[in-house]
Amino acid sequence: MRQFLAIGTSVPRQEASEKVTGIAKYTNDINTTGLLHVKMVTSSCAHGTIVSIDTSKARKAPGVRAVLTGRDFPILTGSPLADRPPIAIDKVRYHGEPVAVVVADQEYQAMNAAKLVDVAYHPLPVVNSPTEAIRSQAPLVHENLASYKRFEAVYPVPGTNIANHVKIRKGDMQKGWAESDVAIEASFSIPQSDHAAMETRCATAEIKPNGRVEIYSASQSPYVIRDMLSLFFSIDPSQIVVHTPLVGGAFGGKAPVQLEFIAYLASKAVGGRKVKLVNSREEDFITSPVHIGLDAKVKLGATKQGKIVAAEITYLFDGGAYSDRAAIITRAAAQDCTGPYRIDNVHCDSFCMYTNHPYATSFRGFGHPELTFVIERAMDILAARLNLDPLTLRRQIAIGPGDTTPTQTVLTTSNVGNLAQCIDKLKEIIRWNDEPQVVVEGHKVRTKGVSCFWKNSSTPTDAGAGAVLLLNRDGSARLVCGAVEIGQGTKTVLSQIVAERMKMNVDQIYVEMEVNTDTCPEHWKTVASRSTLLVGRAALAAADDAIRQLRHIASVVLGCSADHLEIGFGRVYQKDNPQIGVQISEIAHGYRLPNGNTIGSQVIGRGSYTMRDLTSLDPETGKGNPGPEWGVGAQAVEVEFDTKDLTYRVVRASAVIDAGKVMNPKAARGQMTGGMSMGLSFASREAFLYNKAGIIQNPRFRTYKDHRYGDHPEYLVDFVETPHLEAPYGLRGIGEHGVIGMPAALANSLSLATGIAMNRLPLTPEAIWREKKENTGDSFRF
Amino acid sequence: MTIPRIPKVSIDLLVNNEMRNVVVRPSDTLLRVLREVLGLTGAKPGCENGDCGSCTVLIDGWPMKSCIMLAVEAVNQQITTIEGLKDTPIQNAFLEQWAFQCGYCTPGFIMNCHALVNIHPDANDKVIQEWLESNICRCTGYEEIEAAVKSVLSKQRSDGRYSH
Amino acid sequence: MIPFDFEYYKATSIPEAIYLFQNLFLQGRNPLYYGGGTEIITLARTNRIYTEAVIDIKGIPECNVFAHHDHKLLVGSAVTLTRVSEERLFPLLSRTCSEAADQTARNKITVGGNICGRIIFREAVLSFLLADSDILIAGPSGINKKPIHEIFKQRMRLQRGEFVVQVHTDTDYTKLPFIAVKKRRIGSVGYPVVTIAAMKKEQLVRVAFSGVCAFPFRSHQIETILNDRLTPLETRIERAVRHLPAPLLSNTDASAEYRAFVLKNTLLDVLTALEEV
Repeated sequence: MRQFLAIGTSVPRQEASEKVTGIAKYTNDINTTGLLHVKMVTSSCAHGTIVSIDTSKARKAPGVRAVLTGRDFPILTGSPLADRPPIAIDKVRYHGEPVAVVVADQEYQAMNAAKLVDVAYHPLPVVNSPTEAIRSQAPLVHENLASYKRFEAVYPVPGTNIANHVKIRKGDMQKGWAESDVAIEASFSIPQSDHAAMETRCATAEIKPNGRVEIYSASQSPYVIRDMLSLFFSIDPSQIVVHTPLVGGAFGGKAPVQLEFIAYLASKAVGGRKVKLVNSREEDFITSPVHIGLDAKVKLGATKQGKIVAAEITYLFDGGAYSDRAAIITRAAAQDCTGPYRIDNVHCDSFCMYTNHPYATSFRGFGHPELTFVIERAMDILAARLNLDPLTLRRQIAIGPGDTTPTQTVLTTSNVGNLAQCIDKLKEIIRWNDEPQVVVEGHKVRTKGVSCFWKNSSTPTDAGAGAVLLLNRDGSARLVCGAVEIGQGTKTVLSQIVAERMKMNVDQIYVEMEVNTDTCPEHWKTVASRSTLLVGRAALAAADDAIRQLRHIASVVLGCSADHLEIGFGRVYQKDNPQIGVQISEIAHGYRLPNGNTIGSQVIGRGSYTMRDLTSLDPETGKGNPGPEWGVGAQAVEVEFDTKDLTYRVVRASAVIDAGKVMNPKAARGQMTGGMSMGLSFASREAFLYNKAGIIQNPRFRTYKDHRYGDHPEYLVDFVETPHLEAPYGLRGIGEHGVIGMPAALANSLSLATGIAMNRLPLTPEAIWREKKENTGDSFRF
Repeated sequence: MTIPRIPKVSIDLLVNNEMRNVVVRPSDTLLRVLREVLGLTGAKPGCENGDCGSCTVLIDGWPMKSCIMLAVEAVNQQITTIEGLKDTPIQNAFLEQWAFQCGYCTPGFIMNCHALVNIHPDANDKVIQEWLESNICRCTGYEEIEAAVKSVLSKQRSDGRYSH
Repeated sequence: MIPFDFEYYKATSIPEAIYLFQNLFLQGRNPLYYGGGTEIITLARTNRIYTEAVIDIKGIPECNVFAHHDHKLLVGSAVTLTRVSEERLFPLLSRTCSEAADQTARNKITVGGNICGRIIFREAVLSFLLADSDILIAGPSGINKKPIHEIFKQRMRLQRGEFVVQVHTDTDYTKLPFIAVKKRRIGSVGYPVVTIAAMKKEQLVRVAFSGVCAFPFRSHQIETILNDRLTPLETRIERAVRHLPAPLLSNTDASAEYRAFVLKNTLLDVLTALEEV
């Protein structure tokens, strides 16, 4: 039986003491004298041609060193589709888009000068939703879609607002409809909202006289910044270094590259001097990419017994003005379009639509909270139609080993978690069978709503990571890797993985917090809940490599074969006679003989790992293997709804997730409850409010509501452990998963409480009031 | 008589029990002076609009959002930043309860909580909520922050530091 | 960060503040009196306000008075909302002030700033409207006391160079039965969808509103309708809502139609509770 030393224990965070004493440094905390400051001028118009930009007054303002416009460096950036100028050229496509950039000695001078840049727009008709965008007569957000460069599989449709179209064609729809006893159909809508990480995005750039480009950025993707700068500005990648210190929350919003391009251009405009660009909260809300929106239609056909035999799904994502990662989210939603259910006949069209909204990028869950809201609402509608218990329906068609996904991947006990077990455990913790789903007490109604979910990543087939383990003289070790610490605790879990393999005390493993793309082995990106798999595998390999070296040195010292040696508890010792051995501290930098000669040298373990067996999806059918494993879970939300004033309180939120292996219980619970809070926040209140001209009315926390202390419910969290055989210790990604089922569970709960299908987010009391009014014509108490 | 224009002023600020002389624009917020002049970057800008609480410091023991206070207003007052707290019960409680993830809102939360447990040692749930809803944490589900504050309050009570 | 420069003057007496204002004004520096300053700082950051000099009135002793004196409650304009909330000298005022912004912000926001600010909700004024308070105003023409109903019409109607020193309220009013309710879009921080403050004097209900229209108000016409006890309560409320002094506000917190719903419900709760007193 294996003995767990570090895995499965709540090892404190590596950076904990820095974070409670205020010494933890984030990108904007690095003060340098002589630094110049960059401020953006952003568009006050959501769609329009730029008639003129008068920078003359700004150029004369105190402290100003340069003023740039898009024309100064006309270039299109973006991935997978290069459709976005870093600074708008000739036209603007969303409210908040950068139209000019000012560089000045002091930040207030740059702010002051930015105000003096005079931009004239000729307004164009606005595309204000993805449903509007797909209409044949809709104004075009991009006129030259066909000419844009593509870097990954992406299928834009020139002459339309479709930036990407992903198709899933599985089974035989005609057969499916023929077998159906009942069919349900519903429409859903989720507005764009925001990540709203507490640290706003920030980047510095400097171009040194020798051509070296140095970037600091609050980013989840330092290596992508390097590669994109290299690609779009034709710089040798070895000439670029990107530093990422601690990041103050990201949630997917810091995965794309945006400010780094602008900071680079700004530095270029002032002879390469170091410049800093920090988003104001308003800019972070609307100028930088946002949380995607969705309009969707679903039709499900089922037998009386509750077997779903047909699913026809249309997803229209609100990708905003530029496609960015929204194009890939569109694919992610298609690949997992049905939710975690066994359905033989599936037809899904997933579209990334251009609109005149801020552009969308990855948000925690990468399309899954959105698709789950749609599918899980539909499941409740179907359960009601079939007169089946909603969890019983889900349990009997829960996907599992032997089933195929919408992309026709065959599932195994390794590549999918155990949903049925999650449902069973959820039933227990929420007392599903012991309490009625609806309890009425006077004008208060208590209801429970549920949701299941699954999640795979949409990982490039060659995504990988590396790690280096440097042994210190005292026998402790330092792990160097490219994973960014964004609050998720990956670096602590990595220290546990290494400690476990080397049977060391976890407090003897130090993980470098800052990522430096020059000195840290490359890691794809810190996204998709995949860092513990990718970097974890690399770290294991590095540990094995270090162990091999240690055993080699020890074998010379002890005069025996390395095969007879084992490592652990700070020593290398003989398997059959543990008393004979040597301290790691005696050999970590080579073993020093009495005469001063040394056997061996510093032990430096190296390891790397690349994703296996992934394939790209067939453009016509979607067939392929999109990611390493499907995590699954079941969640519930209990609300207390006031039938008088239509307000409600979330009393309890519950989740059971298949974690593969719970590596660090406290960290895992925190990831879950944090995700659940974020999911409830976004489902209940978060939304950008646009007026008819596409102007966002609420780009501040004053008017953009999110969860605060006291809005939080009681959390019930539990785990199931079905190992993913490819991952260290069988772990599965959990960083995003808490959020995924919350919107659907909340909507299902409120739909029960109100007696009305709540199919549109956010679920504010006003939204309930409006639905009630529209559905019943009842103005309620009056 | 014409009042002369004074673009910058030299002021003395008592920060973490040290008198610090700084030259500031009168329109500089306390947050910016702490961070950019004094190098005390524990207080974080989150909105610079008084909405999120990540810049919270203590002024004469009371939590204050340093983004909506001018540095010149803080003259003759005791300013305490997260850098001025060492090994306090609330910092330890944040560690023990895992009351943070990314850590960005943490200094502001800790300052607010520290003031709360000192000013209202008898705080009930309502008072705790009233105080802590001034800050936004985007990573945690607030459960751990609640546990941290309550652990300090109950420890204080059981230690009999307060006679409530 | 504020993109422009201004000078900061801390006045220690009323005459000094007025003198500074007049001088700075004559020099074209567009001075502003500065209380808690939270609104000036936030508007300045986004270039929605401009000044070249602020005059801080927090150092003026009269502006910091918060006490009963000679059958009057005196509330200095520089008294913070937190102090008003914690020292419950006027429980209705404490209640409404404790709902503005958030607790930490209330440590900085002052009564005078809340009443005189540009933000349209000005919830601190509701209690004073109900209590027929007087406002003590200092300005170039000296110090004058004016009934609130004369000086507060949708907003404070101050002349250039004037500032509020204190608000005076008959002590009797601070002891009357009251109810104050704030309804928000969601959650417990933020601007109101509807705030209603009400008190009962000699069997008559007085009601003041914030969030309902684009300004806080108290309406005698509405109070007359609501106090007509021969008519069923719900009918009175329907009638009252038809006599609002301006269209219902429609903003990011609530549409006008939804506001009407919340307003009626809240009025029903408030009046039901007060009629039982």
